[in-house]
Amino acid sequence: MKVIYTDSLVIGGGLAGLRIAIASRQRGYDTIVLSLMPAKRSHSAAAQGGMQASLGASIKGEGDNEEVHFEDTVKGSDWGCDQDVARMFVNTAPKAIRQLTAWGVPWSRVKKGDRQVVINGKKVTITEKNEAHGLITSRDFGGTKKWRTCFTSDGTGHTMLYAMDNKAIELGIPVHERKEAIALIHEDGVCHGAVVRDLVTGELIAYVAKATTIATGGYGRLYAVSTNAVISEGMGTAIALETGVATLGNMEAVQFHPTAIVPVGILTTEGCRGDGGLLLDKDGYRFMPDYEPDKKELASRDVVSRRMTEHIRKGKGVSSRYGDHLWLDITLLGKEHINKNLREVKEICEYFLGIDPVKEYIPVRPTQHYSMGGVRTKATGESPNLKGLFSAGEAACWDMHGFNRLGGNSVAETVVAGMIVGEYVADHCAENDLNIDTKLIEKFVRREENKIIKLLNRDVGENPFELRKEMQDIMMDKVGIFRNGADLAKAVEELKVLNQRAKNIALRNRISTSNPELVEAIRVPKMIRLAQCVAYGAMLRTESRGAHAREDFPERNDKEWLKRTLTTWSSEDNDLPEVSYEPLDIMRMEMPPGSRGYGVDNTVHHPDTEKRVAEIEEIKTAHPDADRFEMQELLNPIEIPEKFKGKNERIGRGFK
Amino acid sequence: MSDQERTLKFHILRYNPQIKGDTPTMKTYEIKEAPGMTIFIALNEIREKHDPSIQFDFICRAGICGSCAMVINGQPDLACRTLTSKFPEGEIKLLPLPGFELIGDLSVNTGKFMRQMSERVESWIHDKYAENVDLCKLEERMDPDTADEIYELERCVECGCCVSACATKRMREGFLSAVGFMRLARYALDPRDKRSDEEFYEIMGDDDGVFGCMTLLGCQDYCPKDLPHQTQIAYLRRKMAMIN
Ligand SMILES: Cc1cc2nc3c(=O)[nH]c(=O)nc-3n(C[C@H](O)[C@H](O)[C@H](O)COP(=O)(O)OP(=O)(O)OC[C@H]3O[C@@H](n4cnc5c(N)ncnc54)[C@H](O)[C@@H]3O)c2cc1C
Ligand code: SF4
Ligand code: SF4
Ligand code: FES
Repeated sequence: MKVIYTDSLVIGGGLAGLRIAIASRQRGYDTIVLSLMPAKRSHSAAAQGGMQASLGASIKGEGDNEEVHFEDTVKGSDWGCDQDVARMFVNTAPKAIRQLTAWGVPWSRVKKGDRQVVINGKKVTITEKNEAHGLITSRDFGGTKKWRTCFTSDGTGHTMLYAMDNKAIELGIPVHERKEAIALIHEDGVCHGAVVRDLVTGELIAYVAKATTIATGGYGRLYAVSTNAVISEGMGTAIALETGVATLGNMEAVQFHPTAIVPVGILTTEGCRGDGGLLLDKDGYRFMPDYEPDKKELASRDVVSRRMTEHIRKGKGVSSRYGDHLWLDITLLGKEHINKNLREVKEICEYFLGIDPVKEYIPVRPTQHYSMGGVRTKATGESPNLKGLFSAGEAACWDMHGFNRLGGNSVAETVVAGMIVGEYVADHCAENDLNIDTKLIEKFVRREENKIIKLLNRDVGENPFELRKEMQDIMMDKVGIFRNGADLAKAVEELKVLNQRAKNIALRNRISTSNPELVEAIRVPKMIRLAQCVAYGAMLRTESRGAHAREDFPERNDKEWLKRTLTTWSSEDNDLPEVSYEPLDIMRMEMPPGSRGYGVDNTVHHPDTEKRVAEIEEIKTAHPDADRFEMQELLNPIEIPEKFKGKNERIGRGFK
Repeated sequence: MSDQERTLKFHILRYNPQIKGDTPTMKTYEIKEAPGMTIFIALNEIREKHDPSIQFDFICRAGICGSCAMVINGQPDLACRTLTSKFPEGEIKLLPLPGFELIGDLSVNTGKFMRQMSERVESWIHDKYAENVDLCKLEERMDPDTADEIYELERCVECGCCVSACATKRMREGFLSAVGFMRLARYALDPRDKRSDEEFYEIMGDDDGVFGCMTLLGCQDYCPKDLPHQTQIAYLRRKMAMIN
């Protein structure tokens, strides 16, 4: 049995995982990153549009600060987020982006003087200030009050990931590629590492560590059509679930992005609309202002996706052999702008659709895009149930996104969480010894080995590819943008059956070394369980919040549902997870629940909301001279690692 | 796009070095073409319906991550964004990218090569003050055009097409290759990187570096991101020649 020891084991080589590994290494701990493929190919590379940080250097970002970013994030989450975490996040995001600048990201910069932009379908000239020249610029994104999304052309994720991985290489951090974590090693509420399968040789290796971090990205591929990479299968989340101890949070919170191309589901960035692109229907009519007169195309993602779906249902979609779609029109932005700032979009249109977006409309449709749910963690990033297990990035439910995340807040989360959680991971390494009984390691390795042997020995049984397809179709048809009780109940029943069938997978290619069918057979049962967590959680949540939209319960119901869904799966024999809830305490909220300002506000309010609003008023009256920092301290005192505590400087206002 | 269904013939190199005694053979698979079909879609169909053992690497399936380079009818390219309709004959021959360690079938170990390349060119900002940057303060300014120019050179996705298309690389095992030159050009352009020309010379001033390049420009022809190899190699040569 091969065993590899380290201090900080990081499962996942995307932005979040690499940043945690860097923090561990910089604090002097031995660290190893595991990845399914080279780290630079992680899905983080696909982020096009940008990263939110309230730098406020561009003229359209003027007046931006942590407060405004906080407000947008909480509203965006439909008050489902953890406000302590959202606070840590917005306060640290400017530092994160500045650190990445020092590490080499070639952020697009402010150019002084006049420039033409498209706002609300019209060409407008804006004038950038001389003193902002050369600072990081920003673009408009959905659901934000200011232009806050910093970017590198439309290759933001690529440049961030390259800078991050290069930093990791500089520090000599080993990335063990083509390795898949298939189980966590744990006992008595403590995690000791993972059982890992070498995807080339098939060998099982135990990685034993003081701290284990899951940074494996989202679970978009539970759906038949997704903007996500084909490896975004939620495996890290699934192995946490399989411990029976670690909880997952808000698994039903799944985001659909308004503009993925039809039929393949490749994303065109929100930057298209941020930069002035419009949504048109089959008559070439711009319909969003009718639904959302205020924010129009730049309403929050979940809202735009639903409005598009409503409009298609009214018969206004463009019909095609792949079903109805709408148009994204960026022709009005002009060739120069598209070639420079929306270049990846242009390439995608050319290669996959055979069209030129400078001249033609892009066929788009809302498509699965982001997983708000994931491994539930405390603000430190550690699992509340399994000591030594941490999680960050899209895999985690650190919970700054609640039920809907804002565009640009995700890559920002990966690096900010990487910085903050990274420090707690290092603290954990400092405070704990590596002591583990080899018998325990052996037990877990043997268990996985036996599962694989069984798979390889079974003569007849289910085809893993078919099981996956059935699961993906169920999720697509019954657990999608609009949900209802009857469909969700059906989905839950059908997934139960799939869960049983998945116990009887047989392979055609029965070898234990590099074998894609075996990989599939290991993953599919895990994916089905995750899907069940999503479907069952969605069925139980009888309200609409953020991306979770119930046709039979259209109102947001704070009175009964201002709480986070927690799921565990305690026994392999079960067909359903155990679900419990963790209330969000309004009396501790910096920003008590209110309206997001879209459509009609039919929120069923919680009695505490009024109380907290009054209390905040009192605090404000009692401290008339408090500045925004002191006020935050009074309303929402948070803990942040010492090194990230300082105030952030902005052009024209210093540290105020 | 025509609605008429064609039958496509895929001729694929099959070889799994993990299986003792296995030898490379070409195998043919037939599938029905679908509208908008890419080689990504086709290969997955072959795996699911015909042969579950076939190995290949796709991640983003959108031409972004650089995983899927292979030799398609004689030319290295990203398979995920290659439409089958591009081939009027309906015959598509797929080989693994040469110049890299073979993992199996169409899967090659570009990761190992690229990590070594990054270590060799020290693919990071060299600035001894970078770690002490005060993160609270305004970031260092950069000329907006310079930022754009750096991004132009940073669009490389480490796919390896340029390496496989390079005649020099085939003859000189240790040749740095275009991907390495591009990376060096990117850092040489970046005002944040404080390396001197002499330091860059140390890395590339020999025949395994930019003086070994025969400027036949296979790299430029096959780079799926259309990076400006020709101008950058010329630029590096001039820069290095000045030191010599
Ligand atoms: C097309 C697209 C565009 C986007 N654009 C934006 C944007 O403009 N702005 C924004 O803020 N967000 C954007 N997002 C979201 C954002 O990119 C992701 O949420 C974020 O990058 C996730 O980073 P991560 O580090 O958590 O995970 P990932 O980057 O997905 O990395 C996951 C890592 O885990 C590894 N891994 C997975 N399973 C295992 C296992 N079992 N064992 C070992 N390793 C494993 C993988 O190899 C990989 O290295 C976009 C998302 C998509 C799909
Ligand atoms: S110009 Fe020719 S020799 Fe030089 S790197 Fe490119 S392909 Fe290789
Ligand atoms: S330079 Fe071009 S061909 Fe070479 S690895 Fe980069 S993207 Fe691929
Ligand atoms: S799969 Fe990412 S470039 Fe082809």
